[in-house]
Amino acid sequence: MHPVVTLVAQRIALGLLLLLAVSVLIFLGTEALPGDTAQAILGQSATPEALANLRAELGLDQPALTRYFGWLGGILTGDLGVALTNGMEISSELGKRLGNTLFLAFWAAVISVPLAIILGLVAARYVGRWPDKLISGVTLSTISLPEFVVGYILLFFLGVKWQIFPPMAMAFPGMGLFERLYTVMLPVLVLVLVVLAHMMRMTRAAILNVMQSAYIETAELKGLSPMTVIARHALPNAIAPVVNVVMLNLAYLVVGVVVVEVVFAYNGVGQYLVDHVAKRDLPVVQAVGMVFAAVYIGLNILADVISILANPRLRHPK
Amino acid sequence: MSNELNYLLKRAARGLMSRREFVGRAGALGVSAAVASSMLATAARAEGPVKGGLLRAGMQGGESTNTLDPALAASEVPFAVNMLWGEMLVDVNAKGEIDYRIAEEISASADATEWKFKIRAGVEFHDGKTVTAEDVVATLKRHTDEKSQSGALGIVQGISEMKAEGDMVTLKLAAGNADLPFLMADYHLIIQPGGGVGAEAAGIGAGPYKVVSNEPGVRHAFEKHANYFDTTMGHADQVEIIVINDNTARTAALQAGQVHMINRVDPKIIDLLKGAPGISIEHVAGRGHYVFIMHVDKAPFDNNDLRMALKLAINRQEMVDKILGGYGSVGNDFPINGAYPLFDETIAQREYDPAAAAEYYKKSGHDGSPIVLRTAAGAFPGAVEAAELFQQSAAAAGIPLEIKREPDDGYWSDVWNVQPFCASYWGGRPVQDQMYSTAYLSTADWNDTKFKDPAFDATLIAARAELDPVKRKAMYSELANNLRDNGGLICPMFNDFVEAKREEVGGWEPDPNGELMNGRALARCWLNA
Amino acid sequence: MRRIPLSAIIGMILTGAFILSALLADFIAPYGMAEVVGDVWEPISADHWFGTDTIGRDMLTRMIYGGQTTILVAAAATMISFGTGSVFGFLAATMGGWIDQAMSRFVDLLMAIPSLILALVILSVMPATLTTLILVMGFLDATRVFRLSRAVAVDITVMDYVEAARLRGEGWRWIIFREILPNALSPLVAELGLRFIFAVLFISTLSFLGLGVQPPLADWGGIVKENSAGLVYGKSAALIPAFAIAALAISVNLVADWVLSRTTSLKGGRGA
Repeated sequence: MHPVVTLVAQRIALGLLLLLAVSVLIFLGTEALPGDTAQAILGQSATPEALANLRAELGLDQPALTRYFGWLGGILTGDLGVALTNGMEISSELGKRLGNTLFLAFWAAVISVPLAIILGLVAARYVGRWPDKLISGVTLSTISLPEFVVGYILLFFLGVKWQIFPPMAMAFPGMGLFERLYTVMLPVLVLVLVVLAHMMRMTRAAILNVMQSAYIETAELKGLSPMTVIARHALPNAIAPVVNVVMLNLAYLVVGVVVVEVVFAYNGVGQYLVDHVAKRDLPVVQAVGMVFAAVYIGLNILADVISILANPRLRHPK
Repeated sequence: MSNELNYLLKRAARGLMSRREFVGRAGALGVSAAVASSMLATAARAEGPVKGGLLRAGMQGGESTNTLDPALAASEVPFAVNMLWGEMLVDVNAKGEIDYRIAEEISASADATEWKFKIRAGVEFHDGKTVTAEDVVATLKRHTDEKSQSGALGIVQGISEMKAEGDMVTLKLAAGNADLPFLMADYHLIIQPGGGVGAEAAGIGAGPYKVVSNEPGVRHAFEKHANYFDTTMGHADQVEIIVINDNTARTAALQAGQVHMINRVDPKIIDLLKGAPGISIEHVAGRGHYVFIMHVDKAPFDNNDLRMALKLAINRQEMVDKILGGYGSVGNDFPINGAYPLFDETIAQREYDPAAAAEYYKKSGHDGSPIVLRTAAGAFPGAVEAAELFQQSAAAAGIPLEIKREPDDGYWSDVWNVQPFCASYWGGRPVQDQMYSTAYLSTADWNDTKFKDPAFDATLIAARAELDPVKRKAMYSELANNLRDNGGLICPMFNDFVEAKREEVGGWEPDPNGELMNGRALARCWLNA
Repeated sequence: MRRIPLSAIIGMILTGAFILSALLADFIAPYGMAEVVGDVWEPISADHWFGTDTIGRDMLTRMIYGGQTTILVAAAATMISFGTGSVFGFLAATMGGWIDQAMSRFVDLLMAIPSLILALVILSVMPATLTTLILVMGFLDATRVFRLSRAVAVDITVMDYVEAARLRGEGWRWIIFREILPNALSPLVAELGLRFIFAVLFISTLSFLGLGVQPPLADWGGIVKENSAGLVYGKSAALIPAFAIAALAISVNLVADWVLSRTTSLKGGRGA
């Protein structure tokens, strides 16, 4: 078998193993949270009698190992159980929320990834000159403001003052694609601004790094135009770090958007998770944790595979 | 009547101007506030509600963990949601009187131990069944069962016997309680078909709206219940509650017209929001209060001199001005204010007095080590800032406070009622007895100051069965003074309910019982075309 | 020695000014850190150069002390994350085999859970002190640095000069510090500036969730949060710390960019 295929298969197998390890970690981690679910559900209205009743009802008195295997078996069969706090099916609830989150992440990624790479290439092409400085300066400013400030500023100008986009980005079932896109435009813009700089700067740095190599000099001496050199010769060799940063940011778009969801009242997974962490609703926290982990691990396998395929020395070992 | 007044009246009646603004401007024309209010009420009735349309409220206080089971309702959104689909036996109206809902008549024995509720005929549940006395008894029984984890457990526990006969429900109490009808207005006690047993969270009730879509933490959608018994409510065809927990986002959605009304306007931005076109601010003094609580059984708070020092070292007016933006009133270290019946206005107001505080602090013999005050942003809006102000005003009296900010996550389980000194919030109750019984009786589960005084308990229980209002008022005054001087409660302020609505919303009336017209705003208001 | 570009000089002056004001906070702050001196959100005046904050404290004073906290926490956390992350990353890349696998998978394991949730769990179990905060942030961020430095180093380890060093029989210390580090420096330095900003933003997010430094102490992000209610209505108090964060971030990065271009040209000179 070709060594690359072996390598790729290895990565995928490792990823699955990792997911299993994460499931143990998540289970143990949620067990270690202080306070318990019964107390958290009842909150300020907890009377000792009500607490004892609820604990027994939730099965919190069973041993941890039994609960772990029961839970793992459930995941494998697609049954995530019901939320302790309101008795609703986790898989259907989470499915809806995840759809909304992925919708947001998808459009933010569609806009930001190509933009970041193009801007990175342009900045590298004109390194030290005004386009580079302008691009670097602007992206640096957007990344330097806390997300909720960027959100509030856009909310104020585009949502309230000029009323171009709706300030509340909540997605309802039955919305058409364009209506939905229009509704989520503000959070998409914020996310784009937040992830753009990191990817763009890494592209620029990686390209500049490669530009020092001898084969780039050869290409330049061949008389190729600077943009061709960058796009055809430098970029493929800068892919490993770029892909890594892109994947980190894609993962962030899925798992790290709580703040944006709060600011625009968007019904995604982040808010769902935070609510249930606050109520110690362990089945939900565990399920969301697993979904996040799966997204993250999946993206990373992808990044590894792309890096392997892009590295000529790994592709053609001696 | 002058033309201008007439014009103002029309605008106010159609909801194009807030009640408060109308009263103010009528005052400028020489009309007293009482007269202006009654003029407005008449005009509003004449103008009449507009039927139809979709009315939306944007609310704070909802989470994806919420359920439709009324027994478990604890935060603002579930409360408002349940008030749309559900009905209780009775409700408390804006004037603090009993408003008959499913019960149409109540009578009591002389010692207030036996109560009869006559069930209104022909009230229909959303599933088409008629509300019977059996449904009422089954509902109350479910809340008595500890397994229901009902927030009303403490209320229904006092009922020793309940039975249904024809259209009459009879409740026998272990001890007389003149306030029982007020207790039956508790928002957990929504009448469900068959008591809701087996279908606790089905959302089937006898209220003005039927549940169409229930997405906790996101959106709750309703349509009109066609056979609703009360024609003065339920004007819009559809209503929706949209959960927007972030203050800024909620206000922005109101300004952009995505929702018609919002609860909990951040006090700091009230004056700024007033200038926005098409928005009016509605506020009403309520019974909720923001507090700092000390456990009187734990050192150093077991020393009443130290407690007194801390009570004198807090600047109440500054708190009202800065934390509530002026929309509230100062507290007096007991949990009752003028919004309660039988309130004693003659009790002296405690003021900020650093010199006296320093004196008491010295007398307490405290070792001068920092006293840890725990707080969290979620304890009440502005709780961290309030703690910072407290720290500063106490420092002026030479009392060192150390603020410990705890995460919101777990605050009500790990800090409140556990740690000896922390920030907290009380929502208030319709009557004094219920407030004192919930948190200051020795045996109360929620006795969060650990205040245990047999004399206090005895007076409180005696007051329950006392039917002479003068004597009862004197007893409550005694309780208030006792708590004020000996208790572990530092109560700097009572907060107003501050809400905002768009000017096309008609029919708004202030209600001190709860947020958004005690949860009835969507059912009582309408949309002017 | 090449001439230092203007942008780098500006960056250095600004960064220096921020650090200096943080060090001298006790001497230059006009009022006490938590002292209430005026009304809510007073406008800019001669007494209060930046106005007052959400409960009437002097904004300039808050900013100076806030800068102290922010810079201390972010710088310490970044140092920890780079110290541990890059060394382990290079180590993994150099050693390869099961050591690399074990370390990479362990880091993947940690990273697979969102750091905010991890921070939430850890900080709610441990006492919330400044040290805990720095350690938690530093080690959570180290996973990211690890990944990047490993990715960069893996590309370098297949280079001929590393193989040559290996064949010469050099130890891993030599390979890491003499072969990999100089060649991996430029992407790492570029990352350093960004990670510093992320550290600043991460504290502000933690403050947002009530897990940051203890009041009345506040970092800049916390001051933004404290005053953010008025932002949409033209009360600019929240913008002051927001701009301070941006200014600090940009000036640090201007310096980082210059370092980056210098190391790149150094390396180019050696490769030629």
